[in-house]
Amino acid sequence: MIDWLALSVALPLLGAVATVALPRFAVPLGLAAALPTVWAALMVMVLVADQGVQVSALGGWGAPLGILLRADGLAAALLGMANLVALAVSLYAPGYFRGSVLEARFWPLWMLLWAALNGLFLAGDLFNLYVTLELLGLAAAGLGALTGQRAAVEANLRYLLVGLLGSMTYLLGVSLIYTALGTLDLEQAARELRAGPVAWVSFALMTGGLILKSALFPMHFWLPPAHANAPAPVSAALSALVVKAAFYLVLRLWLELFGPVVGASAALLLGLLGAAAVIWGAWRALRAERLKLLAAYSTVAQLGYLFLFFPLLAELPAGTARTELLGAAVLLALTHGFAKASLFLCAGLLQKAAGHDRIDELSAATQALPVVTLGVALAGVALIGLPPSGTFTAKWMLLTAAIDLGQWPWVPVIMAGTLLAAAYVFRVLGHAFASAPRHGDAPPIDPRGCPGANAIGLALQLPGLMLALVAVLALGMTAEPLWDLLASTTDPSEAAP
Amino acid sequence: MKRREAAITALVLVLSVVLAWAFWNAFSGPTGDRLAELTATRVPESGVTNPVTAVLLNFRAYDTLLELAVLLAAILGIWAVGKASPGFLPAGAVLRALVGLIVPLLIIAGGYMLWVGGHAPGGAFQAGALLGAAGVTLRLAGYPAAGLPPEALLRVTIGLGVLIFTLCGVALMALGYGFLTYPLDLAKWLILVIETAATLSIGATLAAAYLGGRADPTDSGDGVTR
Amino acid sequence: MTAHLIYAAAGLALVVLGAWSFLVHAPLLRKLVALNVMGAGVFHLLISVGYRGLDAPPDPVPHALVLTGIVVAVSATALAVAFGQRLEGSAGEQDRD
Repeated sequence: MIDWLALSVALPLLGAVATVALPRFAVPLGLAAALPTVWAALMVMVLVADQGVQVSALGGWGAPLGILLRADGLAAALLGMANLVALAVSLYAPGYFRGSVLEARFWPLWMLLWAALNGLFLAGDLFNLYVTLELLGLAAAGLGALTGQRAAVEANLRYLLVGLLGSMTYLLGVSLIYTALGTLDLEQAARELRAGPVAWVSFALMTGGLILKSALFPMHFWLPPAHANAPAPVSAALSALVVKAAFYLVLRLWLELFGPVVGASAALLLGLLGAAAVIWGAWRALRAERLKLLAAYSTVAQLGYLFLFFPLLAELPAGTARTELLGAAVLLALTHGFAKASLFLCAGLLQKAAGHDRIDELSAATQALPVVTLGVALAGVALIGLPPSGTFTAKWMLLTAAIDLGQWPWVPVIMAGTLLAAAYVFRVLGHAFASAPRHGDAPPIDPRGCPGANAIGLALQLPGLMLALVAVLALGMTAEPLWDLLASTTDPSEAAP
Repeated sequence: MKRREAAITALVLVLSVVLAWAFWNAFSGPTGDRLAELTATRVPESGVTNPVTAVLLNFRAYDTLLELAVLLAAILGIWAVGKASPGFLPAGAVLRALVGLIVPLLIIAGGYMLWVGGHAPGGAFQAGALLGAAGVTLRLAGYPAAGLPPEALLRVTIGLGVLIFTLCGVALMALGYGFLTYPLDLAKWLILVIETAATLSIGATLAAAYLGGRADPTDSGDGVTR
Repeated sequence: MTAHLIYAAAGLALVVLGAWSFLVHAPLLRKLVALNVMGAGVFHLLISVGYRGLDAPPDPVPHALVLTGIVVAVSATALAVAFGQRLEGSAGEQDRD
């Protein structure tokens, strides 16, 4: 019997050990582990789509004695997205790092990060989630500081400290749950948790800890420097996947454990913080001078949208409307994952070609690398939420829900965030079509005057473009299967009358 | 600055009251036994008699596997940011003699801890910590490599715990038992093999983390500084 | 039967003191020590949760969780110290690579 859930975690772990032991063969060994990992994750997705929730009782003990891996629709959707993005990053990394000492350092940490992501999406145990969160945090900090450059180490030290505070707080919440309920299994705890001080305080502790890790405003301060100073493949993984994993946990805990018992005011608070993040992140992205910093601030804003769903979901009774809206939240998360990874991969190539990533001076590089620029443009379409991207569908459903439920204040926030996003995306794209320099004393724009572009082959440009195409076309036009997949999401409120 | 500190103090005071209230509620609830009785009845099926080892290496073995991965991530992160700092002064005659006595003792004690963990307090982490302490002692006495093997072998050693653990899990799955599901008659030996590999990895990782950076490739690892 | 509650209260006190110190102090080492004090408090609490009276063996699950937690905390502390050392070592120097 093949346990695809366990293999999704075990295979990248084996890849990590292999690339540690034989750094000279890091690339072939890493790719040899990456491909079967993606296969295993996609198999999990297929199984969930075909047969509903998948459970694996590790060690054969079952809950509450042992640890369960569980994949429902929500887990499977994020697992599928994360592994496709990870595949693109893995195909991009060899070309990006070629000839650098960073190559051998990148692979083992990257495989550990991948194992942590898959483990986190599949975990069905509250304490096991703490261990996967720590693995994720440490691997992410190590990858972020990969270059050893001062700015990168400084940013990642801050990330590490914030992350540690977050996971300690989370662990305190888990201790409280274990003290009161005597179990660590998520499903079992959800059955037994009742409204009361234990539920409120453990919600505050666990969600508070995760908010630190998911960089929700005002806890976002560590994100932009950490994501903007990492090598491009790492930035892509951090911005598209790692913060998304923390958001996934907030959502999962809220849907399964806390939603029914903590009341709507907590969801309203999450929504307000999300709204502030949408505006603040987009505004800072508009003002950013460097392309990767822009992309990082845009992550702050896009995460904000995801938290806007909480107050709306809290108001909706179980039923079609609620399932539809949950689907929209997941669609937004997936689209952002693909689009942001694509934007960082493309930004890395522009930076390589130009030798810097100052937006105002990227004209020559964008004109010398049209495929990359197309990738940036498509990723931008998805970030703004123009049709036919998945973001458009998701934001449309978000707006409709806000209006239907009479929660008008969210509407201008969504509108303003979208306008700001359009402004910062077109600010970048404007330079791709500029024929004259912006300042009189700057040298004229000449695509041939960007010698770094010649070293960048098509194979290196394709992963970013493919991801952007998925975000705009696949998730925009053919998103219905996502709702079928999510039909098996564990949401106790559906069982309630 | 003063006002910020006062605000934090007030916040933390509120937090402590809230926490005390919630934990008081949790403690005074009905679940006095929690998982204790269930664990006690299943320990005989785990292959070891020490209940803590049964939880760590069998019931919740997957946690322990990921925790070894966390250690691996930490040392890789440490290696990413720089080289090991230069060593300390070489040891004097007395310290050398003392180190010659303490280090073998630590290693023997580590081996004992590893073995005893099956039926009494002890186990891979305690054993690994002792091995790590042996490394730190060597380092403080001026041995630049802290007793660690040369880089190629060190790279294998730090990953050994995760490797053996994962391979056991996958092999058991391939044989039809399920990931990390030990058959009862093999459980004791599988746990011992996994714990031995984990001990070596933990010891080597802790000592390498104490060195604080990539080992210098020119350092053969067998002598005292200068 | 209140011994473990006193123990748990001490754990909570450590958590709160650690959190306070982490928020108030800026230097890296103080922050790290504060985090570890906080961690020790959480572990303290978990140990006291495992107590079931003098005549019953303690609950082994929280003990195992604490062992796991300690290793995780050591790993994270080591990584943070290494990052801090790197910053200290390069206070005036240009970036490598």
